[in-house]
Amino acid sequence: MRNMYTILPTVAAGITALAVLTAGPAYAKVEGDSIILGSAISFTGKYSTNGIHAKNGYDLGVKIINERGGVKVDGKTYKLKVKYYDDESTPARTAQLLERLIKQDGVKFFLGPYSSATTKAAAPIVEKYKVPMVEAEGASRSLFTKGYRYLFAVLSTSEQYLASAIALAAELAPKIGKKPSDIKVAMSFENDPFSLDVRAGVIEDTKRFGMKIVVDDKMPRDLSDISPTLRKVQAVKPDILVISGHSKGAATAARQIKELKIDVPMIAMTHCEAAKIVQKFGKSVDDYLCPTQWSETLSYKDDYFGTAADYDKLFKATFKGYKNVPYQSAQATAAVQVWKDAFERANSFDPMKVRDALSATDMKTFYGGIKFAKAGNNIAKPMVLRQIQGGQYVVVAPSKWASHPVNFPRKAKD
Amino acid sequence: MFGNIQLLIAAPALNVQLLLDGILIGAIFALAAYGLALVWGVMNVKNLAQGDYVILGGYIAWWGQKTFGIHPIVMLPIACVLLFIMGWLLYLLIIRWVINRDMFTSLLATFGIAFMLAQLLNVAFGPEIQTAQSGMTTRTLFATVSVAEIKVVSFVLCCVLAALIVAFMKKSRMGQAIRATAQDARAARIMGIDTERVYAFTYALNAAICAAAGVLISMIWVIQPFYGITHAIRSFVIVTAAGLGNLPGVIVAAFGLGVAEQYGGFVLGAELQQVSVVGLLLIVLIWRQIKLARLRQVVQ
Repeated sequence: MRNMYTILPTVAAGITALAVLTAGPAYAKVEGDSIILGSAISFTGKYSTNGIHAKNGYDLGVKIINERGGVKVDGKTYKLKVKYYDDESTPARTAQLLERLIKQDGVKFFLGPYSSATTKAAAPIVEKYKVPMVEAEGASRSLFTKGYRYLFAVLSTSEQYLASAIALAAELAPKIGKKPSDIKVAMSFENDPFSLDVRAGVIEDTKRFGMKIVVDDKMPRDLSDISPTLRKVQAVKPDILVISGHSKGAATAARQIKELKIDVPMIAMTHCEAAKIVQKFGKSVDDYLCPTQWSETLSYKDDYFGTAADYDKLFKATFKGYKNVPYQSAQATAAVQVWKDAFERANSFDPMKVRDALSATDMKTFYGGIKFAKAGNNIAKPMVLRQIQGGQYVVVAPSKWASHPVNFPRKAKD
Repeated sequence: MFGNIQLLIAAPALNVQLLLDGILIGAIFALAAYGLALVWGVMNVKNLAQGDYVILGGYIAWWGQKTFGIHPIVMLPIACVLLFIMGWLLYLLIIRWVINRDMFTSLLATFGIAFMLAQLLNVAFGPEIQTAQSGMTTRTLFATVSVAEIKVVSFVLCCVLAALIVAFMKKSRMGQAIRATAQDARAARIMGIDTERVYAFTYALNAAICAAAGVLISMIWVIQPFYGITHAIRSFVIVTAAGLGNLPGVIVAAFGLGVAEQYGGFVLGAELQQVSVVGLLLIVLIWRQIKLARLRQVVQ
């Protein structure tokens, strides 16, 4: 009897293995009337919060597209389906699971993981097996400098985070009686890959307008004191102060700008929301400019989700417990829309044809325009700049999408 | 870099500003460093958890303000009492067992305490950065120099605390016992001083002093569970530069460090702020070595 117990699982495993082996190729990318998308994403570990936001975004995209008629390829209607694995927030695991999805599960079409780090691990794998991936959560510029041909990203890359602020400063220069090339720029950046990406974008744009960089400091390693930089700012009186140091750098900067009464006509900073600067420093952070990938107040729209505001409502109704819809979810949904569009234009499930269709993507969504550069990054959606006005984040740039006029120049506040 | 130096020459008021910023912040460094000097001098324990006591003090002030709306300055004595008790308990629990071992053991033990505290804060309050609000403003003097009121208030508080500690060490029985133990623990025991109690008191007093520094730092800078290490390094740099048992030296070194940080940050860029501090320590140590070498030659 005891033997039976030990033999049974072995036999079962053998049968399953056989089934997997034989069914593998047929399972492939399309199963009956379902197109299978694969994703290794973070349900546990340090990225799990945002990983789950992204998964919810993917799921909502799949649900709505399936409800509204699915995907039509070669005269037949298919439903979308996502096969997930948990990468435990570790890049090595992401790479491993992707190989598994490709080799064992036969999946040929992919949605991205969460974070730049895991996406960096995923990109070489999809490249190696020549299967396309549409990712929504890896913003690092370095993802798009390696010549990957199978990686497509719907979000704006990190170097664009604050470049729009430089463009805005150039646009507003006449208001303070200056030419764009007269604008003086002060910068304070954390010494990490993300912030240095942001910095590279800012420097590129200042060159474009011929602006002068008067302060170019990095933050100290523990990000707890940038007052020497701010004293310099006080002395050289720049027209715009640009700051990026994740939420810690943002909190330090906001506190010390308040304390030292730094009076600069324009202050632009990343991670305002994450650092909760409005709650912490109240009125003193009014008129700060903060970049975001997406905002529910934008007037973007499409046929599936309506406007950005409609998406916001739909998302909150579908998933309980969300007070604000994270942009991570919105961009994940947009990635699913890109897949649908690409399948229909390719009119085939041949990965090469689908890849070519992806690279020719040019569409409008509730999340913004999507059009991929040769490197795979989205060039149709600008970063949006929000300004803190009376404690609220309102969109002020680019002017096409602005809901409020920008307050410029700002005055130092207590 | 040369541009920054030119800027300092072109605008002399900036020098006043940096000096003032440095001295006001240096007073808080002096407080934590004095606590370290005390524990180091009396018990020969190099307390690596120094910075984490500072951060814990800051968290108590922040928590009191967030939960009960108590002003952080009112929280200062409460934080001191709480940390005093914690310091005493930690002494009984851990320090007592390592005090007579070699240096490495006490370093490891206090390093362990530092880790535990940082992780406990992380679990209790999360890794987000926090700030306590003093509700004070910033004044501008002579249209060029600006001073945050809270920095002046902390400076005054530091002076008051320092005076209290000095008076306590000079006048009270416990203070005298601490000094006697520092000079010669064995002789002190023979004279009837309960050195165990003195050690416990000293360690607890140090924790309380750190708490005071932490409360002030939570209102001036930002706190986060893992920021302790920078404060610990500052204290070590100050005490090493000043030399043990040298209170005026600690104060001067702390002011010097505060000013050096501001100037280093201004001239070399904020990312090299802490490099300039450790560089300063190196210079002091080398200079002292040269002086000692000369002295040795004289003796020979």
